[in-house]
Formats: sequence, C-alpha cells, structure tokens
Amino acid sequence: MTAVEIPRADAEGEPPTHHSGLFRTAWAFPQAKIGTALTALVVLVAVLGPWLGPLVAGHEPTEFAGKPFKPVGIAGTDGLGRDVLSRFLAGGTTLLLYAVLATALGIVLGALLGMIAGYRGGLLDSLLMRANDVLLSFPQLVIALLAIAVIGPKGWLLVLIIGLTHAPRTALVARQATVAVRDHDYIRAAEMYAVPRGQILVQEILPNITGPLMVEIGLRLTYSIGYIASLSFLGLGIQPPTADWGLMINENRIALVVQPWGVLLPVLAIALLAVGTNLLADSLASAAAGRTRETRS
Amino acid sequence: MTHALEVSGLSVKTRSGQGILHDVSYAIAPGEVLALVGESGSGKTTAGLAALGHFRRGLAAAGGRVLLRPRDGEPVDVLTLTPQEQRKLRGSAAAYIPQDPALSLNPALRVGKQIAEVLETHGFAGSIDDRVGEVLAEVGLPSDTRYRRRYPHQLSGGQQQRVGIAMAFACRPSVVVLDEPTTGLDVMTQTLVLSTVRELTAEHGVAALYITHDLAVVAEIADRVAVMYRGDLVETGPAEQVLRRPEHAYTRRLLDAVPDLDAPGGDVTPAGKTVLAAKNLTVSYGQNRVLRGVDVSVSRGECLMLLGESGSGKTTLSQCLAGLSPGFTGTVALDGVTLAGSTRQRSDDERRRVQYVFQSPFSSLNPRRSIAKSIEVPLTRLTTLSRAQRRERVAEMLDRVRLGREVANRLPEQLSGGERQRAAIARALVTTPDVLVCDEVTSALDVSVQATIVDLLGELRRELGMAMLFVTHNIALAREVADRIAVLRGGEIVELGDVDTVLTRPSHPYTRELLTNTPRL
Repeated sequence: MTAVEIPRADAEGEPPTHHSGLFRTAWAFPQAKIGTALTALVVLVAVLGPWLGPLVAGHEPTEFAGKPFKPVGIAGTDGLGRDVLSRFLAGGTTLLLYAVLATALGIVLGALLGMIAGYRGGLLDSLLMRANDVLLSFPQLVIALLAIAVIGPKGWLLVLIIGLTHAPRTALVARQATVAVRDHDYIRAAEMYAVPRGQILVQEILPNITGPLMVEIGLRLTYSIGYIASLSFLGLGIQPPTADWGLMINENRIALVVQPWGVLLPVLAIALLAVGTNLLADSLASAAAGRTRETRS
Repeated sequence: MTHALEVSGLSVKTRSGQGILHDVSYAIAPGEVLALVGESGSGKTTAGLAALGHFRRGLAAAGGRVLLRPRDGEPVDVLTLTPQEQRKLRGSAAAYIPQDPALSLNPALRVGKQIAEVLETHGFAGSIDDRVGEVLAEVGLPSDTRYRRRYPHQLSGGQQQRVGIAMAFACRPSVVVLDEPTTGLDVMTQTLVLSTVRELTAEHGVAALYITHDLAVVAEIADRVAVMYRGDLVETGPAEQVLRRPEHAYTRRLLDAVPDLDAPGGDVTPAGKTVLAAKNLTVSYGQNRVLRGVDVSVSRGECLMLLGESGSGKTTLSQCLAGLSPGFTGTVALDGVTLAGSTRQRSDDERRRVQYVFQSPFSSLNPRRSIAKSIEVPLTRLTTLSRAQRRERVAEMLDRVRLGREVANRLPEQLSGGERQRAAIARALVTTPDVLVCDEVTSALDVSVQATIVDLLGELRRELGMAMLFVTHNIALAREVADRIAVLRGGEIVELGDVDTVLTRPSHPYTRELLTNTPRL
C-alpha cells in the first residue's frame, strides 16, 4: 500500500482527526500491525486460557500435579508442584481485567478534568492544573505501595489507585488538546447559540481530541499492565493461590535454573503485551500528529 | 534576449502518480516580472518552487527542464543538480519570498543578523556589514544599527515582509520567486511592498516570478501574465493583453470575479426602520482602547459595509453586536430594546434575530460533524420545531445557498473553502435572522470564490429582506455589496455615508488614501 501525503493548497492541510481516518492512517505504520498482532496474541491467551488450561495441561491451575520444580508435562511444575502451563494460561485474565479497568477509570477522570480546565480557563484552570502538578510529583508506584500497605492488597484498591494516579497524567494531555481546539470558531459558534457548556464539551470538543486520547489510552494501558504485574510480583497485588503472571515470576524465580518455564512464560507474556500496546499507542500518536508513512517509489 | 529562468515541459506528480503539473513552460527575462495567476490548488506554488528545484513532500518532477542562469555563469538545469548543489544556488542565484513574513523570519534572531546570515552562508565577497545596510536601504527600511538590532516581532507586517525581501535580494540573485507576498497586508503596505519589488527588479535586472490569485495586484506589478488552471498553463502573454483581451474562458472568469470599484452605482436600498443600533460602544483591553465610543446602526433590508484594516477594531465591533464579546460599555439595541452583552444572557428570540458568520470557514464548522448537523444546531437551540421540520428547513437552506441537499451528510473536510463558507452562511440564515453580521467572510477565499459568495449574500439579502453588516478590509467590494459605508480606524468611525458619496467624494484623508492605493485592473 502506498500512503502518500497529498499536498493541499491552503489551510486545509490539518492533521487527520476523523475516527476511521485516524485508525486507517495509523494502520499504514508497521508498528500498528506488529502491535496489534502481539496484543491480540496475549489477549487471546489471557481470555481463552482459563478454559483451555485444564484441557491442554490436564490440571486445574491450583491443583497438585506432581513433585515441585520437575519438568513433567509440557512446562513442568512450580514450587508447590502445580502445573506451570495451566497456571500460565489462567494467569492473564485478572491482570488484563484490572489493567483495562484502571485505564478506563484514569482516562475518563483525567479527560473530564483536563477538558474542563482547558475549556473554562482562568482561575479554575490554574487551580486544577496546580493541584494536578502536586499529584504528578508523586511516583505512581509509591502511592500504590502506600495505599496497599495501609488498606491491604484488594483488587478494587489496585484498580482504584492505579486509575486515580493515571488521571493527572491524562488530564495534562486532555487539557493541552482542549486548549488547541478551544479557540476555533466552531466552539464560539456553539457559544453563540448558547449551547450548554456540558454539551459543548461532549459534542464539540471531545470528538476533536480523540486523537491524543487514543494515544493516551494505549500508553496508560501499557503502564497499568506494568504496575499491576510489578505489584503482584512484590506480593502486593493479586494474592496466592490465584494464578497470576506477576505472582508466578516471584514464586518461580528461585528455581530459574532448574525450571525456567515458570518465569519465562509469564515474563514473555507481560513483555509482549506491554510492547504490543506501546507500539499501537506509538502508531496512533504518529497518525494523530499528522504524519503519514511515505513509501518511496 | 537570454532568459534568466527558463522552465520547459515541466511535469510534477505525487508519489502515487497523480499529476499536479502538466507540461508547464515559462521563461522570464532579467528585469521582468512574470505573474503566475491561479486559484488555490491550481499548482501555481508548485510551479514557482520548481524554479528553485524544490518540491514539497510527496511530490517529484516527472519530466522537463528548469534552466537557471546565475548572474555570472552558464545556465544550469536545476533538476539535475545534487541536493548540495541546489542548496548553493538557493539564496544566491535564486531566492524565495514566502507568503507570511511573520512565519518565515526567525523570531529569536535580530533582523540585521538574519540578513547577514544569508550572506555568510553563501560566502559573500566584500563587507557583509556594508551589504546589509545597503540592502536594507534598498527596500526602504532604516539601515542604522538600532534598526538592525530589532527582533522581527518589533516590526510591522509590512516591515517584516520588506526584511524578507531584503534577505532574498541580499546575494544579488538573478531570479526571485514571490509567493503571494502581500496577501496578509493592508492596501497601503501592499502598495509600498509592490513598488519596492518593482524598483528592485528593474534596477538590478532580476527576473521575478510573482505568484498570486489576485488579478488586481497583477495589473499593478506584472509585465507578463501566465494563468494556471488545474496544473496547466492556459494562457500566457503581456499583462496588458491578458487583462484587457483575455483569450481563455478561465481567464475571463477570473477577470469577471475581480470586484470593480469604478462600476456604475447599483440600486441602493432605501433606508428603512433601524433594526440594530450600537451607541457609544467602548472596549478596552488593559491600556489598549480597541473601540472608542462607536455609534453605528443598520436598517431593515440595508447593507452597511464596515471597513477597516487589521487592528482597527472592526472584528471587536461586530462581535460586540453579535454578543460574542461581552466586555464592552455602551449599548447595543435591537428594535430599540437593549441587548445583553453576552449571547448567553440574551433570549432565544434575540439570539435568533442577530446572526453572525465567522471569518474562516476552515475553523467555523466542527470538523467531526456533518454539514446538516451543524446547520441544525441553531434550529435545535432557538426554535421549537420538530425533528422532521428541522430536517426540512436544513435541506431547504442548503438549496438556498446553492449547495444542494446531497452535501447534507458530508463532513467539512470533504468540501472546498467556498462550499464550507456557504454552509456557514446556511447555518446563520436557517433561523431567518433580521440582522446578519458577516465578519471578513471572503478574506480566506480566492477572488473567484469571493465573487460567488458576495453574489449569494446579495441575493439572499434581497430574498429574505434582512439587514446586513458586512465587515471587511477590502474597499474594492464596496460597489458589489454595500448601500452605506462606515470606515473604522483606530477604534473610531472616521467616515460614514452612502456608497456613492464615500467612493466619489471621500471626506476623510484616510478614505482617500485607501481609494488611491487599492489596486485596480
């Protein structure tokens, strides 16, 4: 396929912002195809894994399957003698679910705050954004560790705290994008017809900042996956005996030399997922910035 | 006579094979100005940039020659040179003057330094300092050290453009390409820039390629004219011949579109009852007083032209009337009833009766909403019509503005600039207002498109019997649109009267100056 920038004569050369246009432009980048393939692969494993696990491995993820750290079955057993393959196949669902929920919470909250700040401007903007700066100064993982240490490792807390700490970062992006469209005359036209401000945010501004928000979704998803897996690894996320990739890495790392599968499989899955979502975000960012892939003839 | 620039059989294509220029040939002799005329998208800029061997991203030459003769040397085919060799020619043998001087000057460099940089890059033999002073004087700017130490933002638009010209002429090029260099300037500055270009090219024997869409400007500056249409050169000849006895139908259409100041006066609408009146309107931003007690009124069925250059306060005034700029003192009254400053505080009916069309159709329509949905917004907000009735009104209005119902579901990006402006006008008119405020509605459009929009507005005004306030910087449009003219300068109305009176017996020196400086065919 040849995607070439068609020169426009005048001010019409704005970056493509239309929904399908954005995805179509993004698809022209090789990152998009690789990213989609990687993400789809891991998501497929995570979604179908819990059903496939017992069929393929012949064991439930929490069931005793043989002696510890022995290479029986396809991928051997872990320290408690459970089948690694069935635990691996079952271990992605929770991680993925939490990551998606946390991302959704962060994006919705952040976009809302950012859009309000960017659209209203003035004192409200300053107040919101300075408060935002204060929140931004705390590393996300540190806040998460603190909250979990105080309340305990609960699933909802994980989603809540990661979602909330995403919000100020998304708010920055959403505000920037809003400021860029705020002064367009179509916003003033809506003002002129006294369209309620909430409606202006949703109908006039939101559709025109989907580009940067899409990028933000991909990016925040990558981070969510990383943080949840890290917290599980530290024993502060998803709790045993549930099968989980982050947790598996910790459980099996002492036997890395004798039984590497218990570490390798989940590490590979997390890495592929993070790289995949990141590549997707990258291609969307390039498309939203108005770049097109130029194929030289 | 040997030509300084000779382009023959030039074809340009996009990388996907779409033709942009088809077999274009032109030549310019030293000291001659060739105007390359055409509307947006005709390929005139592409044809001009090719003289420098430059093609915009995604484009490539598909055949032809561009022979450039440097001041002291043999002619070279620019297209066959390596990028390094081309770069050496650009700025020294061939120079480019872009459209927007504010964007093309480096805001962080003092102007003297910026001109010197060109000379340093091309290894100018002789004193660079002296040459900078000399070239500044040539373009009619002060050449003292204090002036050279200024930054671009400390200069006016016209001065910035003349610095740009100085940079182009610094290395004594044999060819300069000027890409609509006066588009953003007011008429007085435009005249000054045009005469500077004329003098410099004649005096130094420079071949100039002047790219523009405005035939009135062509009449002022060009020796010869080349008309471009969709990538083809359709007509070439001496300026006098092309402008007076055009051969190609397209050239005639372009010429017809040029507004004529000297046309006989049309029928003037007799003044009816005053609809919208502003009294003692004053607006200040901090120390800066934008409007100083302006009184203005429009009557039913009449068109008042509000004339002023950028910074005169004309947009502020029109936005005050439309309720888009609430921070003013003074009163705006509709049929004698004082209106609130902001549209949000006005009643639905008041909002309906005063409508506003924005300057740029590229920004006034939500790019993510279909044309019909955009036009429906005022109906949804300001009337109690049912959905089916609203749809019908929108479709009717699309016919009225000659867009046709088939564009209803298109997005703005699928329409041309002129079509978008029609859609914006449809949005303003769909609620049948009593007053229509048009803020520079044609300034973002080509001259040929401008003519159709102006005609449309005139017809709709007569059909619907509304009052119109036509805000513009272009006095040339007066005969085409206005019944009365108000000239705004520095936030004050300096002249107000009938079209005939203002155009034939202007009382204020500023109006007289505007009239003498407006380019005519």
